[in-house]
Amino acid sequence: MVAVLPSTGTTSGVVAQRKSRTGYFLLIPGMTWLAIFFAIPFVTLFLTSLQAPVEGQSGQYVPAFQISNYSDALTEYWPQFLRSFVYAGIATALALLIAYPLAYFIAFKAGRWRALMLVLVIAPSFASFLLRTYAWKTILSDEGFITSFFNYLHLLPDDRILNTGIAVIAGLTYNFLPFMILPLYAALERIDPRLMEASNDLYASAFTTFRRITWPLSLPGVVAGTLLTFIPATGDYINAALLGSTQDRMIGNVIQTNFIQFRDYPTASALSFVLMLAILSLVFIYIRRAGTEDLV
Amino acid sequence: MRWIRRHLLGVVAVLVLVYLFIPIAVVAVLSFNKPEGKYNTSWNRFSLDGWTNICGVPGVCDSFMISVRIGIVSTLVATVLGTMIAFALVRYRFRGRSSTNLLIFLPMATPEVVMGASLLALFLNLRFPLGEITIVIAHIMFIISFVVVTVKARLQGMDPRLEEAARDLYAGPRAAFRYVTLPLVAPGIAGAALLGFALSFDDFIISFFNAGTVVTFPIYIWGAAQRGIPVQVNALATLVFVVALLIVLISQFIGSRRRKALANEISQNPATIDALLPKS
Repeated sequence: MVAVLPSTGTTSGVVAQRKSRTGYFLLIPGMTWLAIFFAIPFVTLFLTSLQAPVEGQSGQYVPAFQISNYSDALTEYWPQFLRSFVYAGIATALALLIAYPLAYFIAFKAGRWRALMLVLVIAPSFASFLLRTYAWKTILSDEGFITSFFNYLHLLPDDRILNTGIAVIAGLTYNFLPFMILPLYAALERIDPRLMEASNDLYASAFTTFRRITWPLSLPGVVAGTLLTFIPATGDYINAALLGSTQDRMIGNVIQTNFIQFRDYPTASALSFVLMLAILSLVFIYIRRAGTEDLV
Repeated sequence: MRWIRRHLLGVVAVLVLVYLFIPIAVVAVLSFNKPEGKYNTSWNRFSLDGWTNICGVPGVCDSFMISVRIGIVSTLVATVLGTMIAFALVRYRFRGRSSTNLLIFLPMATPEVVMGASLLALFLNLRFPLGEITIVIAHIMFIISFVVVTVKARLQGMDPRLEEAARDLYAGPRAAFRYVTLPLVAPGIAGAALLGFALSFDDFIISFFNAGTVVTFPIYIWGAAQRGIPVQVNALATLVFVVALLIVLISQFIGSRRRKALANEISQNPATIDALLPKS
């Protein structure tokens, strides 16, 4: 009845996977939901991105094949696109730097504190995302300790942090840090500590052991964490809206205002579609390396 | 100095954890503030206004209850659908496995703004009225994947011999599922539901696109951010944070107590282990 795919045997432990109609029965309701409300909307998004405005009626569009929507949108908004990738890239790199020591500590040194520390990594998400971002307004304010400190060292080009790109990057780094810590931890935890001991026994320095053993073995976590941080950070517009000035707007801000305020659906759809394509290509590079079974 | 060098990694780890909690401390401290002017961003003087009159500002508690309602409904539906998918992925063979994996992964890898915009494009083209229903539809869609991942991990970590043991002891497939599989997977399902509720309750971007005129708690905060966030919002958010943290810590504590009790039992009476393992 069912054609067996060659890869299926590897997915579960020892329990034999059954071939029966029950499998399809279990899959169909949820997958239908995802198909209708996740996959099909991309088709409507694409069709909307090609629509043409109705003369004299703002917010009204008719089906068309206006490829120029794409070139117009990109000519107008390429700086915001570029800025999104730059800000998200810097935030991802910073998050990796901050997350790695903590993930390493939890995986190898935390002992009986391990479970508690993992809870503490997830716990900040129990407090509202918007309020946590808003709180950075207080922390980075012009009169605050952090701004004064950096000003004392003459490190700030505008003599302030709030309402500059630095604040936006700081907010992005903070908000998506748990998405970097957890995959890193998962990858590090799988490493057999005896490999590091063996390297030590063979007179490798701590640095060499890290560079030749720990880091390469943790790469799957680095890749997963980088994707899970970079992707939401690129599309985010809350940090740019609350912590940046109008000069620091990201592509998410543009999509939101065009869709909801200006009701310029074709432009907003074209920008969303391009953003999605850029991110899908990243995901496919990952899949070519790792396959789909490790994704979920 | 030598102490610091030896414990450098631990010191850095603790500092990172502290960093994660700084903004939450700010939110909590400012809930006891009496702001000067309309923006509650800097300390003025102590006041319990936010806590004693928590529903005092119109819209705060209404939007809070709307978010709770949306969270409960979306979590229930998404947990059932996602758990079914997880069982299918781990226990059954079927055609189209890699496209299934991809369709489950992509919602987690798509920026929220793209999901929000594309779903809004669908509803606009269908002339489907926006409101609580469209928010719930959207939330179920993005929670399902997280439920699948969480429950699947639990199912894969389960010792298959426990189920085989039940079958060896003449339990039918239904009984084995009801008395062995389900209780073992239940913590995973509960965890997935908690995560799902947290995601739904805190979602802003996707909800904002598909809300129409409905104001959820995050949408209320977004609007208030322009004209000044009332202290009551800080108080409510602090309360939610403390309650959620307590729930997770207590469930962790109970879990580890149970494991310890079982380990004790086995160490004192090794025969217990024979009772737990299937006959070969």
